[in-house]
Amino acid sequence: MIHTYQFVVLVPYVAALILVAIPSYRVGAIVNVVASGLTFAAGLWLVGGERTVGHYAIVDEFNIVFIAINTLVGFTTSIFSASYIGHEIETGRLPPSFLRFYHAMFQAMMGSMNVSLIANNIGVMWVGLEIATLITVVMVGLYRTPQSIEAAWKYFILASVGISLAFFGTILIYLAGQPALGEGVPAMTWSLLEGAASKMDPAILDLAFIFLLIGYGTKVGLAPLHAWLPDAHAEGPTPISAVLSGLLLNVALYALLRFKMVIAGHPAALNPGPVMITMGLVSLVFAAFMLYQRRDIKRLFAYSSIEHMGLIVFAFGMGGPLANFAGLLHMAMHSLTKSGIFFAVGHIAQAKGTQRIAEITGLSESHPRLAIAFALAVLAICGMPPFGVFASEFLILTTTFAREPWLALVPAFGLLVAFGALLMRLQGVIFGEPAGQSHPVKASFVPIVMHLLLVLTAGIYLPAVLVAWFRRAAELLG
Amino acid sequence: MTGDFLIQLLAQGTQMFMVLLIAPLTVGVVRRVKAILMRRQGAPLLQGYRDLSKLLHKESVIADSASWLFRSAPSLIFALTWVAAALVPSFASGLMFNWAADVVALVALLGAARALLALAGMDVGTSFGGIGSSREMMIATLAEPAMMLIVLTLAIAAGTTRLPGVADFFIGQPIAVRVSLALSLIALIIVALAENARIPVDNPTTHLELTMVHEAMILEYSGRHLALIEAASYLKLVLYLSLLICLFAPFGMAPATASFGGWAIGLVAWVAKLLGGAALLGVWEVSIAKMRVFRLPDYLGVAFVFGFLAILLAFLSRGVGQ
Amino acid sequence: MNEVYDISHLLAGVMLVTSFALLYQGRIASVVNTFAAQSITLSLAVAWAAWSQDRPDLFITATIAFTLKGVIIPIALHRTVARLGIHHEVEKVVGVGIALMVGLALTALAQALLLKVAHSPENYYAGEQLALALAIILLGFLMMILRRNAVTQVVGFMSMENGLILAATGARGMPLVVEVSVAFSVLIALFVFAVFVFRIRERFDTIDVGALDRMRGDRR
Repeated sequence: MIHTYQFVVLVPYVAALILVAIPSYRVGAIVNVVASGLTFAAGLWLVGGERTVGHYAIVDEFNIVFIAINTLVGFTTSIFSASYIGHEIETGRLPPSFLRFYHAMFQAMMGSMNVSLIANNIGVMWVGLEIATLITVVMVGLYRTPQSIEAAWKYFILASVGISLAFFGTILIYLAGQPALGEGVPAMTWSLLEGAASKMDPAILDLAFIFLLIGYGTKVGLAPLHAWLPDAHAEGPTPISAVLSGLLLNVALYALLRFKMVIAGHPAALNPGPVMITMGLVSLVFAAFMLYQRRDIKRLFAYSSIEHMGLIVFAFGMGGPLANFAGLLHMAMHSLTKSGIFFAVGHIAQAKGTQRIAEITGLSESHPRLAIAFALAVLAICGMPPFGVFASEFLILTTTFAREPWLALVPAFGLLVAFGALLMRLQGVIFGEPAGQSHPVKASFVPIVMHLLLVLTAGIYLPAVLVAWFRRAAELLG
Repeated sequence: MTGDFLIQLLAQGTQMFMVLLIAPLTVGVVRRVKAILMRRQGAPLLQGYRDLSKLLHKESVIADSASWLFRSAPSLIFALTWVAAALVPSFASGLMFNWAADVVALVALLGAARALLALAGMDVGTSFGGIGSSREMMIATLAEPAMMLIVLTLAIAAGTTRLPGVADFFIGQPIAVRVSLALSLIALIIVALAENARIPVDNPTTHLELTMVHEAMILEYSGRHLALIEAASYLKLVLYLSLLICLFAPFGMAPATASFGGWAIGLVAWVAKLLGGAALLGVWEVSIAKMRVFRLPDYLGVAFVFGFLAILLAFLSRGVGQ
Repeated sequence: MNEVYDISHLLAGVMLVTSFALLYQGRIASVVNTFAAQSITLSLAVAWAAWSQDRPDLFITATIAFTLKGVIIPIALHRTVARLGIHHEVEKVVGVGIALMVGLALTALAQALLLKVAHSPENYYAGEQLALALAIILLGFLMMILRRNAVTQVVGFMSMENGLILAATGARGMPLVVEVSVAFSVLIALFVFAVFVFRIRERFDTIDVGALDRMRGDRR
């Protein structure tokens, strides 16, 4: 019997195999969209279905949030990718033969991310996340310009640091679980590890968490380990930037949170909260200031991703039902908004033929519709009121003010700094005289509008079902 | 009681004279093996004895600028080295001077001899002597820290720095394949090569101005002075070989309670191992090239790294055969 | 038990020594040869673990380590170096002495961290093995940081991965070791291929400030 959750994994992998066999890039793009749509449908079905804990897979209230976001953004990105890649082929930046590879890799990456979200085994989760990361490394180097190969190389070097430290931490967790759960698979199973945490050796758990925090923290893009992130975002194809920011960072965060749940099960083990709060705040403030010096538009939003991941890690570090709820909500809102921004940025970069912010001006005159979409998306990520990001940021700040008033000043300050930087850049891009070259772009507005509508709806009215769902997930996090 | 004392004295005396007796032969074996491998006729095995007796019968020429230090250094160096060589347990542990056979004492004795030699090298004021002394001191500053690390490793493993205690400890153990011991063995070999002025650090047969170290220091010596210094360097080779043997290949060595039979076996085993070690040294010297002086820090740095690693690993696996 | 442990400890120690040798080498050819020696030692260690823990599946890992990393990849790297005309000397960020000292400090760090784990008797042997493995991993990082050339960086990565496999075999009965080692091997093959195809040469200075400035978006 085939379970629903298997579709989420199987559909992308089967699609990847089919895509390898399709020579035409137009057909390939359509198959890509259809496969992503099917995966999204399977994801939705999973949300409505029952929660299961099996030998290999786990579907609970917590990871279903991630799966839903993952499949949704994967679907919209595939729509965006179809129009974006079409333009790249026409301008000759990519040869059509690469596209077969690109589409197959896209599906394999989505499948691997779903594997790591759904696996009930710390080893399988690690493998899934690593395969997804390494596929993105290849994708970042797709254009084969010296800059993109250099970015891919840097990404590879730093990602391998994360890979190995996370794996070492995984071995330590296994070593900790082994006395309580016996040798073999049980000591690597999430659902059993969480229950047996109190019987483990706290010294090993502490050590393991340090390694896991550094290892997976590199993937999340936390501050001292973030150096790969801007390069990888700026040099790869924009759909990959959108997936990187919107999804891959989330999957790494998911891994970190799961391990946090295990560690938190032992009273004498290190408290992950303060460590996560510190790393989150450092990332937030650092990235906020870095926003001012950026000259490349994709790099700008890459730093904005670091900033928001910092805020999310901070919220989860605070812990408690309300902060966890706010963190989850903010993660969802950030994924939707940031990938929407990258969709817009991709079209803008194609329209102006450059990624330099200084050379992109007067968009409201040359491409009015694109300008409006972009402006709305940037306002949303800044946390302007009607949008959902405002709601989640507001929630994070108010819960922090209620518990640790002084601590709340730091994220508030960081968000204000980032707000200023983004508005300043936005103004330069939208207004003024159009300069430089300008191409007409057949932009596909469906994904951007879809994301913006979702974020707007979440900001104005959060359905009670959704609130209840997120609340259950937040309670699981403890 | 008195009988015991006499036997002990006899054993210790045998050791003292054995090391002196066998030293020229050991060097002869090294030279002979090298000669055979190079397809040369080579000097006879007993050439070392002939050299020494020839030098002892020759007149000693001393430079006008030489001070008392130059004249007294050879005897002092010989005495210090001989004492040190006599302290290393060779065929039996538990000898009379055991209480003094401490590795730290050994390092100190050899260090004093080295300092005297370096001073004597500079005493006459020729440029070669100065170069030799300065290079010798550079090697010493690099080799001695490594040596101390090795000593520490052994001390951690055996719980004592006294050589007979260490040797007894290793005799009592099954041959343990411990990484830290293997590392300290390699480090000790590297240090031993440097201390004995062998290839790749120095070449004992060269008189090339640019490369010689040990030979440069003793260039001004002749006659009986040179004989004493040569004998000291022979003794030093025996000392290091005995040290390696007693620490890492102690089988056959007579324990503290043994009597004449045990000693005889120990003696035969020791001589065999010593000459075997000398032959290996000969093979090594033929198969490797001398290093440039500037690369010496790297080379001896390896000994230091190995010594340090050995210490780290010894902390992890405290107690051999735990 | 003691001999089993002694031999695995010895093999792990030899691997650690080859890690230091990797830092010490001055020519790319000898770096590649040293790496091959390390991989062959790893395959012996894994085979020993497979035999002593009675886990025949680990023999697959040992075979992969031997054929791929002990033979095929070193040969491929030698060819790459010859065909790309890469400079034969290893380009270093700092000298050998400093690199070795930092390596020693990292080894000490690994020991200090894992001594905490090794305090309980049932974890004693695993802890010791993990300490050696962690030291090898950290030395692999060090090599990736301190070497400018792409080939030597790849060797650093692979040596780090050797340490990971060693760590995984050190934890008794850990599942998925074989799968992970296969995944890693594919990955390595991919990157050796990448070095070859994309002709990544000496340009990539991962921690070089100049390179970071160049990459800050000041182009086009």
